[in-house]
Amino acid sequence: MPSEQWTHPEPGDGPAAVAAQPSPEQVIAGLRATSEGGAELTQLLTPEGERVPSPQFDKYVEDVDAEALRGLYRDMVLVRRADREANAMQRQGQLGIWVPLLGQEAAQIGSGRALKKNDMAFPSYREHGVAYARGVDMKDLLGIFRCTDHSGWDYQGHGFHPYTIVIGNQVLNAAGYAMGQKFEGKVGDDDGEATICYFGDGATSQGDVHEGFVWAAVYDAPLVFFCQNNQWAISEPTERQSRLPLYQRARGYGFPGIRVDGNDVLACLAVSRWALDECRHGNGPVLIEAFTYRMDAHTTTDDPTRYRLSDELEEWKLKDPIERVRAYLARGGYADQAFFDSVQADADAFAADLREYTFNMPEPPPDRIFSNVYAEGNPVLEAQREEFLSYLDGFVSAGEH
Amino acid sequence: MTDLQKLTIGKALNLGLRRAMEEDPKVLIMGEDVGKLGGVFRITDGLQKDFGEQRVLDTPLAESGIIGTAVGLAVRGFRPVCEIQFEGFIFPGFDQISSQLAKLHYRTQGKIKMPVVIRVPFGGGIGAVEHHSESPESLFAHIPGLKVVSISNAVDAYWGIQQAIKSDDPVLFFEPKRLYHSGALRAEIDTAGTPVPCFSSQVVREGTTATVVAYGPSVKVALDAAAAAEDEGKSLEVIDLRTLSPLDLGPVFESVRKTGRLIALSEAPSESSLTSEIAARVQQECFYSLESPVLRVTGFDTPYPPAKLEEHYLPDLDRVLHAVDRSLAW
Repeated sequence: MPSEQWTHPEPGDGPAAVAAQPSPEQVIAGLRATSEGGAELTQLLTPEGERVPSPQFDKYVEDVDAEALRGLYRDMVLVRRADREANAMQRQGQLGIWVPLLGQEAAQIGSGRALKKNDMAFPSYREHGVAYARGVDMKDLLGIFRCTDHSGWDYQGHGFHPYTIVIGNQVLNAAGYAMGQKFEGKVGDDDGEATICYFGDGATSQGDVHEGFVWAAVYDAPLVFFCQNNQWAISEPTERQSRLPLYQRARGYGFPGIRVDGNDVLACLAVSRWALDECRHGNGPVLIEAFTYRMDAHTTTDDPTRYRLSDELEEWKLKDPIERVRAYLARGGYADQAFFDSVQADADAFAADLREYTFNMPEPPPDRIFSNVYAEGNPVLEAQREEFLSYLDGFVSAGEH
Repeated sequence: MTDLQKLTIGKALNLGLRRAMEEDPKVLIMGEDVGKLGGVFRITDGLQKDFGEQRVLDTPLAESGIIGTAVGLAVRGFRPVCEIQFEGFIFPGFDQISSQLAKLHYRTQGKIKMPVVIRVPFGGGIGAVEHHSESPESLFAHIPGLKVVSISNAVDAYWGIQQAIKSDDPVLFFEPKRLYHSGALRAEIDTAGTPVPCFSSQVVREGTTATVVAYGPSVKVALDAAAAAEDEGKSLEVIDLRTLSPLDLGPVFESVRKTGRLIALSEAPSESSLTSEIAARVQQECFYSLESPVLRVTGFDTPYPPAKLEEHYLPDLDRVLHAVDRSLAW
């Protein structure tokens, strides 16, 4: 594995989204050649489902047999089905908002499944697929979007930090956590620990991401920066964030950067395993740019028809992360129709379970407002709580008269 | 058993940090120039030499990075003590403080604790250039989830820093930089004695004519004013707030019920500040005891002026006495 993996971007050569300025026509049309990741794209499974050999990365997925690949397929189908269900529930008024992951299943399942038990993941707010891969019950994500809580799962147990909504904050938090792994001597061999941190193309403009790169680099932190470049930060295309392919930024910080086909679950698994392995052995950090596409809106409050044309979407549909695995499995005889049907049935049941749970989620009690602001309490806040609760009680007693 | 040491505020902080590091291997110190140099004020002097570079970290120069990585280290189980070199440089870290540090415990319903201390040298009077003399503490007292402490003397410096580090809540720890090395404030500390909890206020001088409430560097101003007032036959009660969030106003209410008059003293601009909060709460709790309105002696609602003007900007003994006279003449 060479420590440097960059190319010099030539305008007009490679994807316009990341090669210098787009033409005015492209800007006006909202049309850019974003569907091509360029020659530097690491890919193991083509959109048509052909296995591409990779001298560098094949060894990281040697153990992925037909059964394991069926498992990855199932993961992606379940996560997509859950995502579509949650999106629908928002439309029905059952969720306040939803943040779709549609199109990013391979990036999330591939990287999420590359993690080991003692590894830690720091998500942004779209990493439902990673949450699933870390064993978080997807029901536990829904409180955030139904607005009954701000977060709620066993963070340490699952090795999955709370969602972070402020863009880029979690990158520094992850850098600190990874520094801690190193300070504790948990880095240096096959059993070493590592941290992975998720953020998007938009976040790369944040100062916290820059500082996270600096900190992780100078402290040799075992941290994989996993940037899902889904081409859009709400309405702003990637060229509004960078003149350079994002993975190439790593060079300026002195660690390896690599661009992987974010719609190729096998490549995402392999490249993430490689990067995590580098980190566990003390060769971190590493930046991965997963080149993918946000197939749906930024959130359910967004309207992408205002800033991008459907041509782009149509182009990316041909690169669907699930379809290519399905094609590979079917063509190779690794899965039959009964398998695909049973996965679909599982996914439907999975979604129905989420729906049932969401509809019956209890409302938080009013005194929850005051809970856990401090670990050690606060007498001033306690007095405010008492006053408010007795005010509320006044309504109850008034009703009794 | 007594173990008396006579220390300045700066030395007391240094010794307090050392004790905390000796007691708990999870305590880390991180900041700009805190290692070899011992900090620009030498508060961490000698600690890196004795505890090593993995416990006293000279960090890259970025305040958001200092706070943001401290948050991550705390998630991992460490107890980071961050030094912000001067209060005027804390703002790049404000996002991490308000968005992550203050909220993670609440967001996770108590599952993630944030035992992080942020030490902030603050206040004016050192003849410095811009951004080196400000008093931004009210901004932090306004953020739910943070505890905010300000010390005024060496005894509180020694104990307070250790208690802040032991706290499972994030603590902003404001230190009166112009008094760090004041020989006059050198105090005997019984390092084997029992500390007063740092999250409480304290009457530091008893009196009957009027109450002056202050914190941090202003406590010395209040005490000097009380000494001068005594010559004029006025007896001022002085309260050191010590904790700015949560405010411990019980002793202030009690004092105002006795004296009927309150002067709230601070170097910070007055608008929407801690002195505003004190005035609001005192009028609510002590309405019938007040003989005159609560008066405030503060910095002005301007950016901190060029240092040639700071003697006019900073509340001093005369402005406190003037306020006492106005209160008495009401």
